Amino acid sequence: MYEYSDFDAAFVRARVAQFSAQVQRRLSGALTEDEFRPLRLMNGVYLQLHAYMLRVAIPYGTLNPTQLRQLAWIADTYDKGYGHFTTRQNIQFNWPKLPDVPAILSALADVQMHAIQTSGNCVRNVTADHFAGAAADEIEDPRPVAELLRQWSTDHPEFQFLPRKFKIAITGSPNDRAVTRAHDIGLRMVRQNGAPGFEVIVGGGLGRSPMLGTVVRGFLPKADLLPYVEAVLSVYNEAGRRDNKYKARIKITLFEMGAAELTRRIEARFAELRPLFSGNDQVLLGQIEAAFAPPAFRNAPTEAYDAFYTADPVFRAWADTNLAAHRQTDYAIVTISLKAHGATPGDASSAQMRLIADLAEAYGHSEIRISHEQNVILPHVHKSDLPALHAALSQQGLATANVGLISDMIVCPGMDYCALATARSIPVAQEIAQRFNDLKLEHDIGPLKLKISGCINACGHHHVGHIGILGLDRAGVENYQITLGGDATETAAIGEKAGPGFAYDEIVPAIERILRTYLALRLEPAETFLQAYNRLGLAPFKAALYGEEGQQDAA
Amino acid sequence: MSRFTPKVVTGNALIEGDVVYLTVDNRWTRSHAEAELIEDEAHAQLRLLHGASQRQLVVGAYLADARRGPNGPEPAHFREAFRTRGPSNYPHGKQVDLRHV
Repeated sequence: MYEYSDFDAAFVRARVAQFSAQVQRRLSGALTEDEFRPLRLMNGVYLQLHAYMLRVAIPYGTLNPTQLRQLAWIADTYDKGYGHFTTRQNIQFNWPKLPDVPAILSALADVQMHAIQTSGNCVRNVTADHFAGAAADEIEDPRPVAELLRQWSTDHPEFQFLPRKFKIAITGSPNDRAVTRAHDIGLRMVRQNGAPGFEVIVGGGLGRSPMLGTVVRGFLPKADLLPYVEAVLSVYNEAGRRDNKYKARIKITLFEMGAAELTRRIEARFAELRPLFSGNDQVLLGQIEAAFAPPAFRNAPTEAYDAFYTADPVFRAWADTNLAAHRQTDYAIVTISLKAHGATPGDASSAQMRLIADLAEAYGHSEIRISHEQNVILPHVHKSDLPALHAALSQQGLATANVGLISDMIVCPGMDYCALATARSIPVAQEIAQRFNDLKLEHDIGPLKLKISGCINACGHHHVGHIGILGLDRAGVENYQITLGGDATETAAIGEKAGPGFAYDEIVPAIERILRTYLALRLEPAETFLQAYNRLGLAPFKAALYGEEGQQDAA
Repeated sequence: MSRFTPKVVTGNALIEGDVVYLTVDNRWTRSHAEAELIEDEAHAQLRLLHGASQRQLVVGAYLADARRGPNGPEPAHFREAFRTRGPSNYPHGKQVDLRHV
C-alpha cells in the first residue's frame, strides 16, 4: 500500500503541531469556542451528546496491521477500549478528552494516519470499493486514483470552504460496492476501446433530499481525472448555494440548474483547466500505482479447504456468507463481520483489532480493509488458510456467518452518541438481529440489506436499503419510518416510504411482518427480497404493515 | 399566554465533554437532579447568559425542558433523558460515573 513521502509525513506532523497549539489556546482561554469550533472540526474533533468524538480517516478503507494495532492502542490508552467503523470508511473514537487529542493525532501520525478533512465543508475522506485490488470482477484497482485525489484535495486552497461537505467514491468494478450514485461525485471505472477511464456521476446524495447521481461524462480518460474533478468542484464552489445549508449540496445545484447546464459549465471549466495540467499528476499517479502492486500470491493446494468445507457445517455456513470471489481462484476475499447478533454494528474492541492485525499478517499478506458496510475485510487469503483463520476469528467473537443477511446492517450511531440524531438506531438494530436469530429465519430470508439512520441526514444509508428505517422524533417520542425497495448497487434506487411510522416497541414486529410476507409470497427461495419487492410492489407489504384498513387510510 | 415550561441550563464540559448542568449556587454538576429548575422565562434567560459566559468551563450552554420530580429536576424529553445517563449499548458515561448517586 501507499507509504507517506517525506512531504506527506512533514505535512501531517505540521498539522498536528498546529492543532496542538490551537487546543492549548482553547484551554488557556485565548480562543473562544466560536473561534475554535471550525478548527477542531477541520481536524475531526466533534462534540457529541455525551463526549467529544474523534473521527479518523481510513483513506479508501485501506489499513495495514501496524495501523490497526495503533488504533487499538489509542482505544485502550485514550478511549474506552473500542472503536466504531463508519459508513464512510472512518473510525470514530467516542470518548476522547480534549487535552488528549493532540497526543492521539501524534500517535496517528506515527503510523501515517490523520483526521484531516473528516469534517467541515471540504472534500472528505475518499471512499472506494472495499474489495479493491482483489475482486474478480475488477477492471483496475481504484485506490491509486483515490490516493491521488486524497493528496490533491488535502488542504487544497480553493476547496477548503465549499458551500457544503463534498464526498467522492470510486469503484473499479462494474458491480458497484461503493454506492457511487449516492455521492457528490461517483467514479465508476469503465473501458473504452480497451483503455480504462471513468464514468463520472455527479449530484448523488442521501440526507433530507435523497437523489441519485447523474452521469455528466460517460467516458473520461483516466489521465483527465484530476482536471475534471477540479472542474466539477470549481463550478460547484461558485454556483452552489451558500444561503441555505439544506440546499447547499451539489445535488441541489444540479436539481435547480439542470443536468445539461451543469454539464456544460463543467465541460467549459474543464477545457480551461486541462491545459494547465502538464502531466506531473500522471507521474505522481504512476508512483502511487507502483505502491499498490499486488502481493506475491502463492501457489498451494486447496484440498484442506475443500475437506473442511465438506466436513464442518459451521465453517461451511461462514464460508457461504462471508467469502467473495478473488481474482486468483486459489484465494478468497474474507469479510469479518462486525455484526455479531446483539452487538453494536461496526464496533471493534481493541482485542479484536489486535487479533485481526495478527491474522492479516499470518494469512492475509498484511492487508486490511474497512467497508462502508461497517465490516473488516481481509482481501487476500489463500483458501488453504481459511479453516485456521476461521478458528482464530471464533476466539474473539469475529466468526459470525451473516454477511449480506438481515443482521449485517448498516447502522448510524443514532441518539446513543450523535448530537444531531432524533432517535436511537443501535438498540433497534440489536433487537432486530436478536429477533431474527432467535427465529432462525435469517438464512431462510437470504440476501437482505437493512439500513438504519437515526435522523434525516441518513448516515445509515436507509434510503438505499432494501428495507430502510429512519428514526424520528414525533411529538417527543421516538418514531420509526420504513422505506422499501432501496438499492445501493449499480441498479441504485431510493426506497419508497411504506406509510406512517412505528413506535419504538412496534418497529421490530413491523419488520417481522414485512419479512413473513416476503417468505409467503416469494416464487422460490432464490427470489430475493428485493426481487420479490420489485415484482410485487408496495401493496402486499403495506397491507402486512397496516392491515387493509390502514392501507386505505394511507392511500 | 402559554405557560412557561420549566428549564435547566445544560451544556458539555470543555475538557471532558461530559454533560453538565448549572446549579442554583453557580456550580456545574454532572447530575440532572442537582440542577436548578428554572420556572420563570426571564430568569431562565439570565441563567443561560450566566452559563454561556463561563466559556472556559462549558461548551454550548442551552436551556432544556425539565420538570419537578421527587428527587429534583427530571428531563422532559427523551434526548435529555439519554444525556443524563449515557449510551444504551454499553455501560459507559454517566450511568457508570454516577452509579453511587
